[in-house]
Amino acid sequence: MLRNIARRMATVIPTLVGVVIVTFLLTRVLPGDPAVYFAGPAATPQSIAEIRKSLGLDRPLPEQFLRYVSDLAHGNLGSSLSTGQPVVSEIASRLPASAELTLCGLVVAILIAVPLGVLAAVKQGSLIDHACRIVATAGVSLPVFFTGLLLVYAFYFLLGWSPAPLGRLDVFYSAPSNVTGFYLIDSLLVGDLEVFRAALAQLILPAATLAIFSLAPIARMTRASMLAVLGSDFVRTARASGLAPSTVIITYAFRNAMLPVITTLGMVFSFLLGANVLVEKVFAWPGIGSFAVEALIASDFAPVQGFVLTMAIMYVLLNLAIDILYGVIDPRVRMEG
Amino acid sequence: MTAALPLLDVRDLTVEFTTRRGVVKAIQHVDVSVAKGETLAIVGESGSGKSVTSFAVMRILDRAGRIADGSVSFSGIDLRKADEGQMRNLRGREMSMIFQNPRAALNPIRKVGHQIEDVLRQHAQAGSEDVTEKAVAILEQVRIARPKERYHAYPFELSGGMCQRVVIALALACRPQLLIADEPTTGLDVTTQKTVMDLVTELTRARGMSTILITHDLGLAAAYCDRVVVMEKGRVVETAASNSIFKAPAHAYTRKLMRATPRPGVSLRDLLPEGVMTGAQPSPSPRLSRGEGIPAPPARLNGASHPKGDNRAPLLVVEKLVKEYPRKQAAGGFASLFRRNEAAPTPSPEAKTFRAVDGISFTVHRGESVGLVGESGCGKSTTSTMVMRLIDKSDGRIMFDGQDIGAIPAKRFAKLPFRKRIQMVFQDPTDSLNPRFTAARAIADPILRLGATRGRKALRARCEELARQVGLPTELLDRFPHQLSGGQKARVGIARAIALNPDLVILDEPTAALDVSVQAVVLNLLQELKEQLGMSYLFVSHDLNVVRLLCDRVIVMQAGRIVEEGPTERVLFAPEAQYTRDLLAAIPHPPV
Amino acid sequence: MSEPAGTGSTAVGALPAPRTSFVGHARHVIGENPVTGIAFALFLLIVACAVLGPFIAPYDPLASDTSATLKSPSAAHWFGTDQLGRDILSRVMVATRLDLAIAIFSVVLVFMLGGLSGIAAGFFGGWTDRVVSRIADTIMAFPLFVLAMGIVAALGNTVQNIVLATAIVNFPLYARVARAEANVRREAGFVQAARLSGNGEYRILLTQILPNIMPIMTVQMSLTMGYAILNAAGLSFIGLGVRPPTPEWGIMVAEGAAFIVSGEWWIAFFPGAALMIAVFCFNLLGDGLRDIVDPQRRT
Repeated sequence: MLRNIARRMATVIPTLVGVVIVTFLLTRVLPGDPAVYFAGPAATPQSIAEIRKSLGLDRPLPEQFLRYVSDLAHGNLGSSLSTGQPVVSEIASRLPASAELTLCGLVVAILIAVPLGVLAAVKQGSLIDHACRIVATAGVSLPVFFTGLLLVYAFYFLLGWSPAPLGRLDVFYSAPSNVTGFYLIDSLLVGDLEVFRAALAQLILPAATLAIFSLAPIARMTRASMLAVLGSDFVRTARASGLAPSTVIITYAFRNAMLPVITTLGMVFSFLLGANVLVEKVFAWPGIGSFAVEALIASDFAPVQGFVLTMAIMYVLLNLAIDILYGVIDPRVRMEG
Repeated sequence: MTAALPLLDVRDLTVEFTTRRGVVKAIQHVDVSVAKGETLAIVGESGSGKSVTSFAVMRILDRAGRIADGSVSFSGIDLRKADEGQMRNLRGREMSMIFQNPRAALNPIRKVGHQIEDVLRQHAQAGSEDVTEKAVAILEQVRIARPKERYHAYPFELSGGMCQRVVIALALACRPQLLIADEPTTGLDVTTQKTVMDLVTELTRARGMSTILITHDLGLAAAYCDRVVVMEKGRVVETAASNSIFKAPAHAYTRKLMRATPRPGVSLRDLLPEGVMTGAQPSPSPRLSRGEGIPAPPARLNGASHPKGDNRAPLLVVEKLVKEYPRKQAAGGFASLFRRNEAAPTPSPEAKTFRAVDGISFTVHRGESVGLVGESGCGKSTTSTMVMRLIDKSDGRIMFDGQDIGAIPAKRFAKLPFRKRIQMVFQDPTDSLNPRFTAARAIADPILRLGATRGRKALRARCEELARQVGLPTELLDRFPHQLSGGQKARVGIARAIALNPDLVILDEPTAALDVSVQAVVLNLLQELKEQLGMSYLFVSHDLNVVRLLCDRVIVMQAGRIVEEGPTERVLFAPEAQYTRDLLAAIPHPPV
Repeated sequence: MSEPAGTGSTAVGALPAPRTSFVGHARHVIGENPVTGIAFALFLLIVACAVLGPFIAPYDPLASDTSATLKSPSAAHWFGTDQLGRDILSRVMVATRLDLAIAIFSVVLVFMLGGLSGIAAGFFGGWTDRVVSRIADTIMAFPLFVLAMGIVAALGNTVQNIVLATAIVNFPLYARVARAEANVRREAGFVQAARLSGNGEYRILLTQILPNIMPIMTVQMSLTMGYAILNAAGLSFIGLGVRPPTPEWGIMVAEGAAFIVSGEWWIAFFPGAALMIAVFCFNLLGDGLRDIVDPQRRT
């Protein structure tokens, strides 16, 4: 089995190479002179020339690529024009915010969508089934930023239950000392329940927005997969053997149905990482998504490139994890030599 | 046979399904009874309702189905009134069922031993301490070798025959009184079929169990069962002891089924009901063979040996034909479990390639019909595909009418004039027709590409002529495949194959997917066409009875090699090779 | 040889019913599933809006009226006005054209690039397959919206680049679906039969494979329309692509976002609702199309 895992990890390498090449090429397809882009809108001809030299943009393309790769290996993603800080440290400091938000949203989505999908398939034609199908179809039609705004309007403006969508923590509170970067965990570690509650209050709406967004594809896939498995021959055998419904549904149907759902999770992550950017804008969440959006508005290109690269690498690793997980769970794959 | 009350008593059973077109009665007024220790067969073609009956008894009908009328009584219990909890208690413990396609019937990601344990535990037949022991013991009873190891196996690691044994083990684990077997051997090789049926019979008789065998194969039913129930279109048409049903069938449909079943001692024409023809009309001017001026051989009434009047060179000569595939390395210890066919020899671990066809040689003469038989994996389909020039050979020669066509790559063959002289009739009529082409368009395709007829009217006329030749009503020419029945689709496939008057037609199990009555008609049609058009046939099949009826010579293959060949009568009555003898012995014979 | 048991399929029998026309069948499907009918009606409404929008809009979408800023929905302004006094109803109606055009162009482009290369990859295998799959895998290594952001940022902030970015980002999906479908049919009986009838490989691709794949691709295209609209709106929401004052649904929601916290909900709500309805319509249409176009269901 370890050999399997090692083999899968090896297949990731050409993908990573492809990612690096594409992000490199992105900077080279900039219309006009890339140096102008990296120098920024307020640059003088001298600073443009300096930038050109310092970034090596006057060297031949293959040499530029090697330089790019060696920069990456040293963790150098360039510097942000607006803050002057290296992009890598900005991303590193903002990553936990995005991760906390995305993970919460995903976990909530799975906790709702999977049981919903399973129940809808088991009780086909019932109210739950119709509800699931409506949720699934409507969920993929709702623009995620629109959902976020509706939630803000309903829960902040109308009902006053949620705090203002102004970031991770209200101004009155100070962030807990940095252990994981996750405010929820860090505040609990120190035992600061007030900060915990404040952080949670800020987190609820954006996490709910992401959850609603990812609910639909997961519920739809779970329902479809469960229906297919419930109609399969081996479930018929299980029923004909008189096995209890709970055994049939859980041990026989559910485990088999979850396999395709796990592979779909890869696609869900793709949507989720994209939706993250939009949600961070709506809720002024200080994550890497809003970092990239601010840089875009300011025509600050290096952070955008660093953002795309970081997201891609994270996504590749996430997919690898899903692949390995699947390989461990499904004996047919596990034993493939 | 002394029990007064039957174990299972089904009276006047009617089952309905709600479909998009309204309520459909799947079975009506069905009476079936099974006594204790008795083996009953329910026989019928597709659409007869035989499976629906058993599903209704077990109460595992689809959501859309329900028992509309009648009564089902098992061991005195009214199964119609029983609630789901009671039914669950009965299922698996008092009555159980095994299905077609055994590998799909097992949970693919659960070890087979655990699946047996689930059943034992559910019906309180074992506690945690001894459940594993008992499961292994049951695996032993169904004759699975090395049961302790196989306990930990997953279904994908086992062959088809072994999977069926596991399914039988599941069904018999709690020692039920009744076993329902729904087409348990369809799709299995005939030797595996015999082993499985013998096992089932032995186990059920030893325990005094009653069995219901559902099948379309009358021979199988009569060989293994005490009584036979014949169903047609949702109704029971006849019930009789298996001895008398063959000697003196009472109902017309039973007679038709009986007659249509290929068996030794009958001719092709005998398969058809009295007075029925194939519906084919020979074309007014019988075609001459390939322009050489030699008239088509005279039509004969049965498929017996055909005098080979001409001593010209043979039509097809295959010499030392080989087809190799690169082999995926199987993991060491499990190599034996990967074998699909229990009878096939273990490949040597060093072999880097797999020889599907291992140096075979044979000939087909003009006007001859040669059968190529063997079980799954023997290489017969690979051979026929190579002769068809759809795939390339690895080694050897394929000579057609004196020319080496094996040397021409498959990709280039489609455009050559040779292409129209060798054609094929496929096994699955549904798969071999483009779902978006009408029947007429499908038949016209070879003519458009390789033939000389042009112009819409001439083309249409030719299509209609071909349709008449194969007995397809011309109104059906404008229909799509999904609007045609299995037999009609088969005729379209045949019309397409003969459209260009080929010399050699390869038939790859052309009737395997058809009901036995339809098969009888199609086989007769094929024989008529062969005689009218002067074609030669290479008939690939696993069914020796069919081959006996249609072929002059027969070639028996096993594991990529030819085991025996010769005139059909000789090979099938006095086989020389042990494998041929085994094959013949495995075919279930109705009581003569 | 046995047909599936326990279902009604065996009992219905193989006798086919007489054929009815395409329109008749379409009417039957819509009648059976009223939701498809609603989706179709909505589709017509959207197309009407796109075509006629500028002509039937009550106000000029670009005209600002400083005396009537931030007015909530009323008889004069059904959808209210925004911070510059522009009528939101007119802007929503006129924006239909732009959003629909972006969606259509993206979908056609990705079908031609992705669909056709996918079919070739699935049918011919070998190098074609390797190259197409490698390209698809490389694109799929990125979270798709993030890649679209990167492409628009690199190529320049124009509507054409939004179309291109959407097409590139959807390429792998089309290529995969087309490849899988072509692969399945590559060794199907009727394809073998076509070879026997003297059809060359390219002819088989065009006359046998492509027509059989079209229904699935059409469904896919309808579903992608919805996604393309969301993608374009999302990019506009973060400031990429369309620039103010051009009316486009995504930009309008972005402009309205700032006012939600102070209670002026209509500025963001109506364009957002239009987005939702359009995407919903295309998703339902895709499902309904599957029923109509598939010849298996035609009687």
